[in-house]
Order: sequence, then C-alpha cells, then structure tokens
Amino acid sequence: MSESGVGILADKKKARLEELAQASVEAGGVSLFRDALRRIRRNPVGIVGAVIVGLFLLVAILAPLIAPHDPYQTFPALTKNLSVDHIPGAQDGFPLGSDPLGRDFASRLLYGARQTLFVGVVATLIGLGIGVLLGAVAGAFGGWVDVVLMRLTDVMLALPGLLLAITLVALASKSSQWTVILAVAIVAVPIFARLLRGSMLAQRESDHVLAARALGVKESAIVLRHMLPNALTPVIVQATLTFSVSILEAAALSFLGLGDPDLNRPEWGALLGIDGQRYFEVRPELAYYPAIAIIIVALGFTLLGEAMREAIDPKNRR
Amino acid sequence: MLRVIVRRLLQMAVTLIALSALIFIWLRNLPGGPIDALLGERATPERRALLTKALGYDQPILVQYGKFMQRLVTGDFGNSIRTGEPVTAVIGRAFPATVELAVAALIIAVGLGIPLGYLAARHRGRILDNLSITATLVGISIPIFFLGYLLKDVFTQGIHWFPPSGRITTGLDNTEVTGFFVLDGLLTREFDASADALWHLILPAVTLATIPLAVIVRITRASVLDVLNEDYVRTAEAKGLRHRIIRGRHVLRNALLPVVTTIGLQTGSLLAGAVLTEKVYNWGGLGTLITDSISGGRDYPVLQAVILLAALVFVVVNLLVDLSYAIIDPRVRVR
Amino acid sequence: MQATRLKAAVAVAAAAAMVAGAAGCAQSDRDKDSGGAKTGGTFIFAGAGDPKNFDPIFNDDGESLRVIRQVYETLVTHKPGTAEVTGGLAESWEHDSTGKVWTFHLRKGVKFQDGTAFNAAAVCFNFDRWYNMKGSAAQSQMIYYTDVFGGFAKNEAETAGKSIYEKCEAKDDATAVLTLNTYKGAFPGAFALTSLSIASPEALKKYDADKVVQNGDSFEYSAFANEHPVGTGPFTFGGWDKAKGEITLNRYADYWGEKAKVDKTIIKIIKDETTRKQELRAGTVQGIDFPAPADQKALAGEGFQVLPRPAFNILYLGINEKNPKLKDLRVRQAIAYALNRQQLVQTKGPAGASVADQFAPNTVLGYAPDVQKYDYNPEKAKQLLAEAGAQNLTLNFYFPPDVTRPYMPNPQEIANVLSNDLQAVGIKVNAVPRPWNGGFKDDVQQFGKQDLHILGWTGDYNDPSNFTGTFFGRAKVEFGTQGMTEMFDAISKADATVDDAAKKAAWEQVNRDLMSKWLPAVPIWNAPPAIVVTKDVKGLVPSPLTAEEFNTVTVG
Repeated sequence: MSESGVGILADKKKARLEELAQASVEAGGVSLFRDALRRIRRNPVGIVGAVIVGLFLLVAILAPLIAPHDPYQTFPALTKNLSVDHIPGAQDGFPLGSDPLGRDFASRLLYGARQTLFVGVVATLIGLGIGVLLGAVAGAFGGWVDVVLMRLTDVMLALPGLLLAITLVALASKSSQWTVILAVAIVAVPIFARLLRGSMLAQRESDHVLAARALGVKESAIVLRHMLPNALTPVIVQATLTFSVSILEAAALSFLGLGDPDLNRPEWGALLGIDGQRYFEVRPELAYYPAIAIIIVALGFTLLGEAMREAIDPKNRR
Repeated sequence: MLRVIVRRLLQMAVTLIALSALIFIWLRNLPGGPIDALLGERATPERRALLTKALGYDQPILVQYGKFMQRLVTGDFGNSIRTGEPVTAVIGRAFPATVELAVAALIIAVGLGIPLGYLAARHRGRILDNLSITATLVGISIPIFFLGYLLKDVFTQGIHWFPPSGRITTGLDNTEVTGFFVLDGLLTREFDASADALWHLILPAVTLATIPLAVIVRITRASVLDVLNEDYVRTAEAKGLRHRIIRGRHVLRNALLPVVTTIGLQTGSLLAGAVLTEKVYNWGGLGTLITDSISGGRDYPVLQAVILLAALVFVVVNLLVDLSYAIIDPRVRVR
Repeated sequence: MQATRLKAAVAVAAAAAMVAGAAGCAQSDRDKDSGGAKTGGTFIFAGAGDPKNFDPIFNDDGESLRVIRQVYETLVTHKPGTAEVTGGLAESWEHDSTGKVWTFHLRKGVKFQDGTAFNAAAVCFNFDRWYNMKGSAAQSQMIYYTDVFGGFAKNEAETAGKSIYEKCEAKDDATAVLTLNTYKGAFPGAFALTSLSIASPEALKKYDADKVVQNGDSFEYSAFANEHPVGTGPFTFGGWDKAKGEITLNRYADYWGEKAKVDKTIIKIIKDETTRKQELRAGTVQGIDFPAPADQKALAGEGFQVLPRPAFNILYLGINEKNPKLKDLRVRQAIAYALNRQQLVQTKGPAGASVADQFAPNTVLGYAPDVQKYDYNPEKAKQLLAEAGAQNLTLNFYFPPDVTRPYMPNPQEIANVLSNDLQAVGIKVNAVPRPWNGGFKDDVQQFGKQDLHILGWTGDYNDPSNFTGTFFGRAKVEFGTQGMTEMFDAISKADATVDDAAKKAAWEQVNRDLMSKWLPAVPIWNAPPAIVVTKDVKGLVPSPLTAEEFNTVTVG
C-alpha cells in the first residue's frame, strides 16, 4: 500500500506525516520555516500558545529568583502544624502553604516548572535525536537498512504510546527519573523516524539533490547539508506537539506508581500523581495547582504546535 | 489486495513474535520479580533458592523462552503467579470488561463528536465553534486520571448520582454469560442487572471518551470544512439545492471518510486511556491487569500476555482501518 | 450507510441515558429493602487485594488469610481483640516438662462444613499432610509451616532444615498428642497461625489438595484450594467471582460456636485506598480495611466508626554493618539520636501510632521497659559521630516508594523525614528508591547493598521469637550481622527456655542488650492500621493480628 510496503500500521497517520514532510521539501525547507513564523504571528491562537510557552520558559529559568524558598527544605513553621490529616495552608512567607512534608508549596510549584521543562525537553530531544537518526539513516540509505529500521519502528508502534511507556518502565532494571524520561522519549522515536524518513525519501529524487550529486558532492555531505536541513521544519513542529504529550505521559506514569521514584523532585506530574492524589481531601490545592499548570502548559505547546503545523501546511498557503 | 493482506499479516506475526521474545527475555533479567512478590517480608535465602528452583528460574533464559513458546503454540500462556489461575482465564475475564468500557466510550465520543464537529464547522468562527475548539484543546491537555478523579469526586461524593467504582453493585446476583455485564443482563432478561451495569459504566466511559471525543470533534470539523470548500458543494449550492440535501448527501458523507479512519486510530488512545481510567474506577479490565501485574506482584506471565494482546488488538484494528479505508475510498486502492 | 450508523449510535446513547435513570431508582429501592434487620442481611467488607487461594497451608498473606479465617479454625486461637491465646478447636492443651509433647483436648460435637466429624484423627491427618507434603512447588509455598516446623519428611531443597515434627497420635476421638523433637518458644502461639488451620480430611482427599503443579513459571493449585475449601468455621465458602472481585461467604448453620449473625459476608476487593473510602461513603460497602491515615479523621467526623487495631507491628530503620563505618556502635547510636521519631509520629503516623523503643510492642512477652532509650538529641549525635571520626559519612538509604504496608502507610514520606533528620547532624544521605517487588527486597535482603533501609513486620502471634527472634536470631544480609554470634546465641537460648519466668527474663535481657550493645537497627514506631465501618455495623472487634472474625458482626 505505502510505497515501500513496510507499513503495517497507522498507515494513514504515517501517510499524513510523510505528506507534511513532502510539503516542506517542496516549499524549500528553511525558507518555509521563516514564512511559517511570519504566518504564526498573524494567528491569534499561535500567539496565545507562544505566550504561554514563553511564560513557562521564563518561570522555569527564573525559578531560583522568584521562588520564595528552597523547595527541598522543611520549615519548622510549617511542620509545627503538620499532621497526617492536616496540611497547613497559606501563612506568612508561605503564600500557598505547605506540602505534605512541611516544605513551601509555592516554591515547589515554581521549581516544578523547571523539572517539568527538563523532563519534557530532554524526553523530546532524545526521542527526536534517535528518531531523526533512524529516519535519516533509513531514508538516506534505503534498501535493507531501511527495511530493518522500519521494522524496528513497527515493533515500537505495535503498542499505543502510554502502554509502550508503561512496558518500558516495567522492563527497566532500575527505576529513576531517567527511566521515565527514556520511556517517554522512546514512545516518540518512531514518529520522528517516520517523519524524517518520508522527507528523505522524497528528497532523494528531488532536483537539488540530483544536481548536487551530479556536481560530485559526497553522499554524506548531501545528506547532511541538503537533505537534513530541509526535513527539519516538520520535525520541529512535531517536537512542539511531542512536548505536551511527554509531560502528560510522565504525569500518567506517576499516577500509576511508575514515575520518578524520587518524589523530592517537584515535577508537576509527580506532584499531581502522588501527593495530589493521596491528599486530595486533606488539601485539594495539592492536586489543583499542578493539574492546572500541566493543562495550561500542555495547551500552550499544543496551540503553538498546531499553529506551526497549520502554517507550514501548503493547503493553507494562499 | 489479497497479497497485501497476506503480506501484512505475516509482518504482523513477525512483529509480535519479536515483541514477545523481547519482553520475555528482558523481564526475566530484572531484579526482584515474582520471587520477591511471592515471599513478602518472609524471604530467607533458603526460601528464595527453593522457589527459584520450583519456578524453573534457574534454567538458562533461552530454555525458558523455548518452553514458553512451546506452551504458547498449544494456546497455553502459563498461569498467573499470584493466583495460579491460567492466564487465558484471567484475560478472558478482563477483556470483556475493557471492551465494554471502550465501546461505551467510543459511542459517547462518536455520538457527540460528529454532531459537535459538524455544527462547529457549519458555524465556523462563531461562539459555538470557538467554544468547541477550546473545549477539545483542554480535553486533550488534561491528564485524564485527574479528570476521572474530579468526576468521581463530584458525582459520587458531592452528589450521589453515580457509584464510585466497580462494574456492578456488590452482591447483586446476576448471571454472567459473555462477561459484558450490560449485554448479559439483556440476554438473561435480568434487566435490572443490565441497568445497574450501565449505571456503573457511565462515569468511566465519559472519562475515557474525553480524548477520542476531542479528536473526533476536531477531525470532523476540519473535514467538513474541507468538503464545504470543495467545488461540488459550491456547485450544489449555486444550483440552489436545498441545504438539507447538500448537508446529507454531499457534505456529511464525504466528510465522514477521514473521521472513520480517525475512529479506528482511537483504539490506541482507548487502550492507553483504559489503563488510567480503570485504575481510577477499580474497573477489572486489561488496564488494571497491566498495572497490577507490574507493581502489584510482578506477575510476568500475565503481564507479557496482556501486552501481547494489547499489541495484537492495536495492530489488527489498524490493519482493518487501512483495509476499510481502501475499500471505502477507491483512490487509495489505485495508489 | 454512515448516516444510519450515526442515527443508531445516537439512539443507543439516548436509551443508555434513560436506562441509567431507571437504574438510579432501582438502586435506591434496593437500599431501602436491606435496612432494618438486626440479624440476617449481608455484610460487605472491602479488602485491599486479591487473595491467592484458600488452602490455609499455602498462604501467608493478609488478604488470603482474611477469607481463610472465616472458613477454618485453628486448634488454639486468640481472644478477640487481643494477642492472648485461648481455646479454639482444642478446648485446652498441655505440654510435658520437656516441652516436646503437646496434648490437645478437642472440642466435641464439631462438624466440618461437609458434614464429616472433626476429631483427633482429622487433626493428625492435617499435621501428617503438612509434614509429608511432596514436591518443591508445594513445599516452597508453605511459608508458615517451614517457619514453625523447619522442614519436611523429605526436603526438596538441600538447604532446608530438619523438621521438628515427630508424630501426631489420636489417643481417642477427643485427644490428639503431638510430639516434637525439640522445644520451641513459638508454641502454643504458633498453633494459632491461620495457616495451620484444620481442614476437612475428606475434602482434602476428594479435591486433591496436595496437588500443586508447576506450570511454566507459576503454580497451579487444586480444586480444594480454589473452589472447595472446607473447614469448621462460622462461614462456608460461597465462591470468588473474579470478574466482580467479590468473595462470598455464607453462614454455616451447624457451626458449633457463636453462629454468624449475618446470612452472608461479601469481601469486595478494592485495591485503591481512595476508592475504598469513596465506596464506604456511597454506602455500597459497610466496612473497609486500611484507610489512608490522612482520611481517618474526616471519616470519623462524618459518623463512621474508625476502629484502630491495637498496635502489633514495628517499623525499623535497618543499619547494615557491612559498612565498616557502621560497625562502630557509636555511629549507630548517633543515627538513633539523630532521628526525631516523636515528630515523625506526629506528622506522618496514623492515629494511635507511638514511638517504638524496642523491636517488639509492649504487649509481647519479654518487653523490657528499662531498655536504653534514644530520645531526639542531635547534639549528642554529632558528638558521637565526632568521637567515632565519622563526620563525613555518606549513606545509601534504601526504601520502597511504591507500596503501603500496615506498619508503613507512606514509605516515601517516612524515608524523606528520616533522611532530613540525618542530614541535620551532618550525615549525607543518598536516597535510593527501589520498587518493593522490583529490587528493594532483593537488594536489601539478598545482596545487602544498602547502608540504611526501612522495613517492618506485623506480628503473627504473641511471642518474642516472632519479632526480635525473626529479625536478629540468625545472620542476615539485611543487617550485615554475620559475625554477631553473641547475639544469635542469646536469642536461641531465650527461645529454648521452657520455664515461663526464666523465658521472660531471658528475652528482657535480649531486648536490653539489643538496644544498648548491638543496635543492629533503630526501632521507629508501632503504627496500628485501622478498620472503618459504617454506623450501623456492630460487633466487629479489631484484632492486633489483623485477624478479625466476622461471625459476631451485625448490620443495621
């Protein structure tokens, strides 16, 4: 069905990815990206997304400056009234009150932006890195390399995202923050790989690559200088969307008890999935605030990603 | 066509076998595991040794895998480490529960999603459209276990409209035939059991429906917009055909093609979502089985079987979607 | 075609909504019907996990034993609400001066639920069955049996010990004489272990109870264990509906003792603690086990009865002496002084929790009130560390983040608080979370990778050998106690003492030495898990051994 016949699943989704990749190639890659940015600026939805993402980055970077306290320190003022069925609320110097261990909840939330950004970005980057590598190699070499690599992505695609992540965490011999990040990252690998491969395949026969080849440019240089840059625009769009999926998946893993085992780290998903769940009745804010934070940030990245996708979609170019 | 199907079935088999080997071998190299789970605080070195031997864990991993495959061929997936019950029985029980939940969620998602998406498209740029777009965006950005918790808190604790968990009222004496409780009630004419099961089904189904619903609304909207812009619709409008006819005959039918595909692709999101939803509502399906067999007792025979089953379902449904698409849309077949 | 399907979908949804409304009504009617009666009716109790099976001898976990306890009985039992032994199926018993020959005078007129007679022959049949059990699969699952009796007629594992069981003779119908080849302090308490319940010999034979088959990497149990457990208890086994997670127990009309007040007890399995609480509030269950400590106050405020069990457990901070720095007693004492256990109890302990000053709760024989105490004293801790030259100590602290145990409702938080205390006196703590079944027990109990860890124990019967003896009676990787022969000798001597007064004195001395000389761990707290029931449930007596019996329960 699909051209090389490797796809056994989700061919439509894949086809769509490849179509996007192709579109970006036809439009001339990098210049398209600039063009897209220009169009996002005119798109209110995209602006909202960009603003949310910008604020989130700002908070994450400036957390040490704006947080009132050390997020890991317990304060006697808070532990004094802390008991298993009472968690102190807002008081002097602690605008959002305590967490279950007598630490400043506001500071933990602010630092949480950092942790969440870290998990989301690193997972996305790893997924992107491996995916792009696989996709580029498969697309550049074709033949049996392509077949083997695409079969590998098939195995990854045989399970829906979260299930794959759960399986991977279950298969990890030691659980740590990195287990979670890697699990979430690997879920994204086949998507990036497919995306890039489609784009590379499309370019192999394109005019500028043929021209370069005719001029005697080395194959590796063609791949690195000509094909890869052109394929990156849809990858960046996909990365933006992958970010929100990643932090939602990390939160789900925490909820299932398969998340980062070190609960000192105030990653939002962990705050929501563990403390928020356990102390929902004692202090619902412990769930509400991280939940709202996750929703807003996930929304922001989705909006931005969608706007970017729409911007590079040739259908919308008039 | 037939050749394509055969080839893809073969590829599917290869993928699943690769997955099974990977999972089997890997699981058995993990620290802890069933032995720890079976022994609790009372593990002594002697007990560990005896149990390792009794379970055959002292044999080479490839021998273990060989034996596993040997049994698998005869349809024997082994037994649950926890209860000793055959894995096929464990899964046979959980499968209908998840399917019941997933189907209910799909009914909600499709039943609400298509009309909403259509209306949004028809009223493009107006309040209804903006509202539905915002709602769907929030829908895909909300952690669904949190949504489940909220719904449960509001509708079972605040106001007692629905039961907090489970598939049927405890102690209700109903006859189980297929394992689909709603259906069983209808088959055995125990209508109160059917109603009771439905009543338990609503909150979990709504929770699980969130993401598919959001996606279906968006796809329907986009697809209807595409079709509305097509020349033949404009022509029809220009010809003065009545709106109702255009809507029914031209727009909806054509717009639904991509929606059908999307619905098929939602199987994945339903399977993944079921893991979370089932935990929130103590729903005894495949999702619960997965989480329990990991954190509860490292029940590896159950775990690997459920994962393989989930993969099988996902892969088969995707294949069916592709095939159906090819059948519905002749252009795909030509390609 | 699509349009038709759409219509159908809408129709189904609409019908669903209507039926749901009807279901709501049906439900409230049903509620009304069940109210009013003092006896009869159904008691629904939410347990926290799946049982394994219902053959007592193959089970050692709380959820299986909860059900088994209602169906079977033991020779000796505990007075409700205590850990004191009293007559069970044996009205009385005595042992000879060596403590090796135990004579049980059995209750007369007792019948198994299958109608066969309970007598001395039946008792001996059970003991012989255990002793003669064959196959490594079966033997590996007889946890309590091997704890108590040591081994089998023919051990499948080379490492297993010699059995202390000699023989059991039925002197007459009502007298069973059990001969052991050595005295053990665990008796008579150990005879009250639910795992050592007496089952109907007829049923054991009929349903092939001894057949435990290894299939692949798991065990398959007999029809007796899964479907036809038969004992003498107040309830008969009515079945386990796994699709619904319900275990039904029916009143046994011919029960010899206080017959069950309710017609039926249903154990509903709800693994999530929040969901258990919500079901209780919704009125769909009348009792729940293991409420989250955080919820207990709120539930009491809403009119539910929160019944804390008398504390019969211990949480400890294990110290691994494999680390040469920790071999120094002063360092271990410094750790003990550094911990603010009082504050931990206040901030994280369930209602009724208290700081533990030794390794057995004060209800256990041999509890010594005058052990060395380690009240919170960070200055002293720093000083001791300085004396030992261990100021720059870095320790790996292992804990399981993913479980709750009756003695440890929130391991992550406990570990966190304890680490903070240690950091405060200058000990660097490296937190190492490991999943309970995914490396924690392996690393801690088998490989001894940790410097510090938290773990605990719920007592099975009232004897120090079940607490102190279990932890420190033999070399354990968990504490790195391989060389501590002095401690092992003292404990086995205490355990072998037959005379009651001398035994008590010996154990008291062990407890004193443990806290002053050996200190292989720091006892943290005794934390009683609670049961919560609705207002109209009467007669449920919380047991320190988590061994509640449901025959005295009334609903409404």
